[in-house]
Amino acid sequence: MKLSRRRRQRIARIGGYVVFALVLLAVAGSADWGRLSEAFFRLDVAGSMFPEAITIALRNTVAYTLLAFVFGLSVGLVLALMRLSSIGPYRWLATAYIELFRGLPALLVLFMVGYGVPLAFPDREIPGGVYGSVTVGLGLTAAAYMAETIRAGIQAVPRGQLEAARTLGMSHTRAMISIVLPQAFRIVIPPLTNEIILLTKDTSLVYVLGVTSTTIELTKFAGDSLNTRVNPTPLVVAGLLYLVVTLPLSQLVRGLERRAARER
Amino acid sequence: MTTMSTIEISGLHKSFGTLEVLRGIDLAVEPGEVVCVIGPSGSGKSTLLRCVNLLEEPTSGTIRVAGVEVTDPDCDIDAVRRGIGMVFQQFNLFGHLTVRENVTIAQRRVLKRNRAEAARVATENLARVGLTDKADAYPAQLSGGQQQRVAIARALSMDPQLMLFDEPTSALDPELVGEVLAVMRGLAAEGMTMLVVTHEMAFAREVASRVVFMDAGVIVEQGPPARVFGEPREDRTREFLHRVLEPTRVSETEIGAHLPGNRGSGTDDPDP
Ligand SMILES: Nc1ncnc2c1ncn2[C@@H]1O[C@H](COP(=O)(O)OP(=O)(O)O)[C@@H](O)[C@H]1O
Ligand SMILES: [Mg+2]
Repeated sequence: MKLSRRRRQRIARIGGYVVFALVLLAVAGSADWGRLSEAFFRLDVAGSMFPEAITIALRNTVAYTLLAFVFGLSVGLVLALMRLSSIGPYRWLATAYIELFRGLPALLVLFMVGYGVPLAFPDREIPGGVYGSVTVGLGLTAAAYMAETIRAGIQAVPRGQLEAARTLGMSHTRAMISIVLPQAFRIVIPPLTNEIILLTKDTSLVYVLGVTSTTIELTKFAGDSLNTRVNPTPLVVAGLLYLVVTLPLSQLVRGLERRAARER
Repeated sequence: MTTMSTIEISGLHKSFGTLEVLRGIDLAVEPGEVVCVIGPSGSGKSTLLRCVNLLEEPTSGTIRVAGVEVTDPDCDIDAVRRGIGMVFQQFNLFGHLTVRENVTIAQRRVLKRNRAEAARVATENLARVGLTDKADAYPAQLSGGQQQRVAIARALSMDPQLMLFDEPTSALDPELVGEVLAVMRGLAAEGMTMLVVTHEMAFAREVASRVVFMDAGVIVEQGPPARVFGEPREDRTREFLHRVLEPTRVSETEIGAHLPGNRGSGTDDPDP
């Protein structure tokens, strides 16, 4: 018997699902669910983490993320404009910065800002305590990535937009501010939202700066609970709280990208 | 002293790297004149137009617009550009702004007109191009012909003394060309000084006070449209007009030379 192409495709697809389900069942069946839930899903342990898990830990995670994002965005914008400058040294400086900070682990940069800056400038300190150090420490790395994103966004605005603005008598600066940058930012909103998601997760590195009970963030908070309760349930709680922040953001990115695709 | 020319170009040269695109252009446009520039693709028409408002920096030569030497390094080019409207082949409307904002933003930011005044001038010029009802639309919601008319209104709202058009209808579907040409015809009738690069020979013949034929970076000949179209003096002009006015009669060997299959590559040719 000869099968039609559509029949064959459907059989192949169903076969794929069956294999996938079997593998899943095999893995799930071989796990010891009793011991697993005993370890990771203890309601009493989870309950003892609240409300601090939200009022302090999650709040600080979000605060660190937003601070680093705003700082990184500002520095990133300046770097992007320098990268596109007609002045050579600006371009070289921005390129060097971007290559350097994209090549270094975020943890290392955070360390250097946390411990290097106080050594280098003993009589001065970054304002805002840990908040300030995190803003700069995570923001410097984020700036390098965002600079490249923003540069690509500016370059994606057709050259004719700048020319039309200049033709109407606008200065280069005015044309950038009123015409090019607003359109560039529309283009880069999805990738920048992705950057917020990455930053949210990077705030788990903040513990290396030595946080206190008021400046603690989710990962460190979960780690501490893990030590005192000798039970890993806090890790699950922290994971879920991260997802509370990151999943809506991913959803947002997907929606924005879909809208952008429609507008093309 | 005689009256001042609106545009006065002399000895204009422009090179991109080693490619010499303009090779000595002398051209004057008097107030109220409509000068149409015609010529084959790549002959330097756009570059000539873009030199007039310094979107391209001339390599040598001088250009005066209303008596101001724009090629002088000390010239305030932003101020000169305010007086020169330019309409592009690709419209170049600001995509993030509504039609009204497109027409008001430069009035507000450059001429420092207040909101009410800018809106009034915008409405006036949108009426001139027949688009008052589209003031709140975004460019993407308009047809190409409507977008180009908004672009004209945007340029007019700066009260220019000179309008440059670079193939304003070349990106339009054929049925939308007429509405844009009608607006331009109206402008010409009102006495606007215009320098127009176009492939619309009927428009040039009817509206132009002078037709300039360019080829390979030089002005080959110029004169009243009836003369240039009716009895061209140069072989190159005759050849060009023959090709654009009677495209179906161009010999097959001439067309064949332009097809990709006849270039010897043939690899990217999708045909079997
Ligand atoms: N920015 C540029 N850089 C390099 N070459 C250019 C540039 N602009 C135009 N040219 C070249 O100059 C020549 C004339 O171009 P253009 O003035 O656009 O001709 P036209 O408008 O008559 O078709 C073409 O060969 C084109 O490739
Ligand atoms: Mg051209």
